Amino acid sequence: MSVDTAPRSVAQPSRDDQPAGRQPRAGMVGSGHGGHWWLYLILVVALVAVIAPFVWMILGSFKSEGELRQVPPTWWPETASLDNYTQLFSRLNFGQFFFNSAVVAVVVTVGNLVFCSMLGYALAMLDFKGKKVIFVAVMATLMIPGVVTFVPLFVLVANAGLVDTLPGLFLPFLVSPFGVFLMRQFIIGLPKDLLDAGRVDGAGELTIFARIIMPLCGPALATLGILTFLGSWNNFLWPLVVAQSEEKYTLPVALALYSTGQNSTNYGLLLAGATVVIIPILLIFLIFQRKFIEGIATTGLK
Amino acid sequence: MTTQTVSRRPERRSGRREGRAAWVLAIPFCLLFLAFTAWPVVQSLFMSITDTKARDLRSPFSVNIIGLDNYTKALSDPVFRRAALNTAYFVLIGMPLTLVLALAAAVALDKGITRFRSIFRLGFYTPVITSIVAVAVVWRFLLQDPGGLINTALGWVGIDGPNWLGDPNWSMPALIMMASWRNFGTAMIIFLAGLQAVPPELHEAAAIDGAGTWRRFRHITMPLLRPTLLFVMVTTAIGYLQFFEEPFVMTKGGPLNSTISLSMYTYNQFGYGNYGLASAMSYLIFIVIAIVTAVQFRLLRERT
Repeated sequence: MSVDTAPRSVAQPSRDDQPAGRQPRAGMVGSGHGGHWWLYLILVVALVAVIAPFVWMILGSFKSEGELRQVPPTWWPETASLDNYTQLFSRLNFGQFFFNSAVVAVVVTVGNLVFCSMLGYALAMLDFKGKKVIFVAVMATLMIPGVVTFVPLFVLVANAGLVDTLPGLFLPFLVSPFGVFLMRQFIIGLPKDLLDAGRVDGAGELTIFARIIMPLCGPALATLGILTFLGSWNNFLWPLVVAQSEEKYTLPVALALYSTGQNSTNYGLLLAGATVVIIPILLIFLIFQRKFIEGIATTGLK
Repeated sequence: MTTQTVSRRPERRSGRREGRAAWVLAIPFCLLFLAFTAWPVVQSLFMSITDTKARDLRSPFSVNIIGLDNYTKALSDPVFRRAALNTAYFVLIGMPLTLVLALAAAVALDKGITRFRSIFRLGFYTPVITSIVAVAVVWRFLLQDPGGLINTALGWVGIDGPNWLGDPNWSMPALIMMASWRNFGTAMIIFLAGLQAVPPELHEAAAIDGAGTWRRFRHITMPLLRPTLLFVMVTTAIGYLQFFEEPFVMTKGGPLNSTISLSMYTYNQFGYGNYGLASAMSYLIFIVIAIVTAVQFRLLRERT
């Protein structure tokens, strides 16, 4: 199944959220009034169970230490305060960790968008020597688990003197086989006439790529960009090994170390830290969720 | 195809231009890919047949080739075997649980309801996008005994909840619960896309013929969903076989090695500086993944 047909079929549910568009199919389930009430009940209970940890985390980040230790636990904060957050940014330098996480995530995302779409386009539209070799090599590594490259990658970065530097954190992730695969699959669905039209107009090959093809790749770029940003923001094993001094920590590293180190019993601080890690991703996700879910389903259909 | 390019001169020239442009586009990726993916894959294979240790980093020529010793050492290591068993436990219980949750949610959202679909979808997907480290902070609270949210809730219905993370019998179920909660959203989204591709006419025709909801699900939806199911099974299995983050942030493999996984034990060996042994272990994981993937393809192909 080619990827270019998938987004359309997947986009349907979002448009179908209005009951009107859904009428013909709802009828055949047998209710026609928006589904069975008991199903809504089950789904609401399930939703509460899935979301509760996050709600409790955010509420807990405003609680005092004493309240967090109460048995049985409280749900709503008795006395809400921002103390945990002020401590996080004044005493624990979370501003710096936030900055590091953001820089690494942005660089990695830009790298993937630029380099993966370049090769993806070449593989999809152009003929050149070595094309097959590159494609097979990239596809083969898609299946190799990360643990296989972990040790030599660390040795490589250590030998290059990049341990405990920001480049050491982002260089190994600037390209991904998955990104090439995604971009190639999308571009291969675009009409090849576009190239000929561009050539007839006398445009150079690189101009055709930058001016004609790239503007059409919005959905694929959005998907790849969001996935890469998420992956980088949440990545924690690699930065845990490479970032060794505090100024180079990313947010997950700092949180992981604090939650096992001397602050491990400082519950309020940890909950506030967890909230700071999650909130930016949650916001990005809320803004782009429709595109993002389409993208997941698209790559999933392959 | 070659005859065409030979017969028409202008195209041949543009073909050369095309090739050069293609390589300009390919070079940046290829360099980074060679350095940070291809080379480590090859080096890891080489390391796995040597006695490389952390201290050999500065003098790479002092390592000895020891053949398959690392592999036999790993396979006869009782902790590695324990880790293999734990990983199997995690995959065999966790994967069906995750997929059933995901399929149930997807079917309910696709056919059962017509309102608030995107809210449910968004909610069920939220755990997937959040950092495991942050999630671990929260789940340690939830699983606390006594006073954790889960045991408090169990207490309401008269169940005396176990000491989840402290009891070797309950630590793995706790992590399976957590992993299913965290991962079912991905499978749900993919199932939803698969369900969208099931033509409603088939269901309508079967309903007219008197087929009930369950029979239609069993004989229409499931067969058409098979490619999606295969994809979800393979990707979930690959992910779960590399089970690492949950024990790493929640239990460090304990208590009494009850939650140590293959990936985690491999990481520990890396931490001890046994690079050769760790590489061999990582290749063993890779072999298991390749076999499981091949078996799944075979099983689901045959039945279609």
